[in-house]
Amino acid sequence: MTAVLETRGLGKRYRRLWALSDCTLSIPAGHVVGLVGPNGAGKTTLLNLAAGLLLPTTGTAEVLGGPPPANPAQLARLGFLAQDAPVYAGLSVADHLRLGADLNPRWDEELARHRIERLDLDLGQKAGKLSGGQRAQLALTLAIAKRPELLLLDEPVASLDPLARREFLQDLMEAVAEQDLSVVLSSHLIADLERVCDYLIVLVGSRVRVAGPVEELLATHHLLSGPRRDPATLPAGQQVISASHTDVQTTLLVRTSDPVLDPAWTVSEVGLEDLVLAYMSQAAGPGRRNHHLGVQK
Amino acid sequence: MVIEFHLDGRSGVAPYLQLIHQVRQALRLGLLREGDQLPKVKDVVAGLAINPNTVLKAYRELEYEGLVAARPGIGTFVTGTLGGSSLAAHGPLRRDLQRWLAKARRAGLDDESIEALFINTFRSAAEEDIA
Repeated sequence: MTAVLETRGLGKRYRRLWALSDCTLSIPAGHVVGLVGPNGAGKTTLLNLAAGLLLPTTGTAEVLGGPPPANPAQLARLGFLAQDAPVYAGLSVADHLRLGADLNPRWDEELARHRIERLDLDLGQKAGKLSGGQRAQLALTLAIAKRPELLLLDEPVASLDPLARREFLQDLMEAVAEQDLSVVLSSHLIADLERVCDYLIVLVGSRVRVAGPVEELLATHHLLSGPRRDPATLPAGQQVISASHTDVQTTLLVRTSDPVLDPAWTVSEVGLEDLVLAYMSQAAGPGRRNHHLGVQK
Repeated sequence: MVIEFHLDGRSGVAPYLQLIHQVRQALRLGLLREGDQLPKVKDVVAGLAINPNTVLKAYRELEYEGLVAARPGIGTFVTGTLGGSSLAAHGPLRRDLQRWLAKARRAGLDDESIEALFINTFRSAAEEDIA
């Protein structure tokens, strides 16, 4: 399968601060990719680089087989929804649809009308008067009716209440099922990602900590607990992601493609949330144990 | 619309396995019969806000087990049965069980005790079968 997003050594520096460093990724088509990490990890920078809104300081990015949108033909294949679903407050819902139709060569008017009708949005209503959920749905309508092959969404549900969030994700998943659409969405709500994403990228402190299909990640990470032991004595194939010890006991989260055979360990499966948190605490170092990663159910 | 899927986010069971389990359960209880259509992928996805690949994987697995078949462009249909001829026996067995439950309650057992007794008896019977 071809890659919808491929980066090599991609980096972006603002003055002296690296917002993204040495990012190498290859995301195959047909996935819904979750981009997770704490605030300031570089998620927005990565999405902006992919959308062609920023130029990299180092490295290269390829989107849908070419450099990030430089020409209208490629731009038509890419959808981007910036943080907080920006709409034009002074324009009506109908104005937004007209804009979408005029600006996008592959615009699907029927889909847009149908969605607006189903969402029960008043065409004459000014976008500034819509609720947060309605604004997000209007922005999603524009992004979907553009008929992109790749849709980039920056924290699309962060500011929505649980019901609006669920409705937004339902509609997004319906679009993925109906159209030939790949999605990359950033979020710090792991519970939401767990349902919709089948590919995960964990970004912490401007670096990619782990990336891959969710199923594969879950199958290769295990939680081991047993008598206290120095992690340095583990077999070579077992990479320790996080470790905690008491006087008598050791608990490790390891990544390995081989089965864990040592009978001293009790081996259990890990959930996506534990996995993400382990990578985040690894990156934060031992001094920082509490994270500001929202886990809303 | 014959069955509707639901997901338990806290069960720790992978979503695609939950879908498979629900189809098998519906087949066992006779809620789904040969020729019935499974919910369309698009509808499952729009209802549960889950990844389409999750549903496709569940349906593929069921197809592999010979329980359903996909007709391209139309949908996925039930082709096999579980429990089969034993379905007819469900009614009388259910009534026996109801009588037994009533007896257990009269004897003062609460829900948890009833469940524990049933599971325990079920397991030891299964072990005797193996031995």
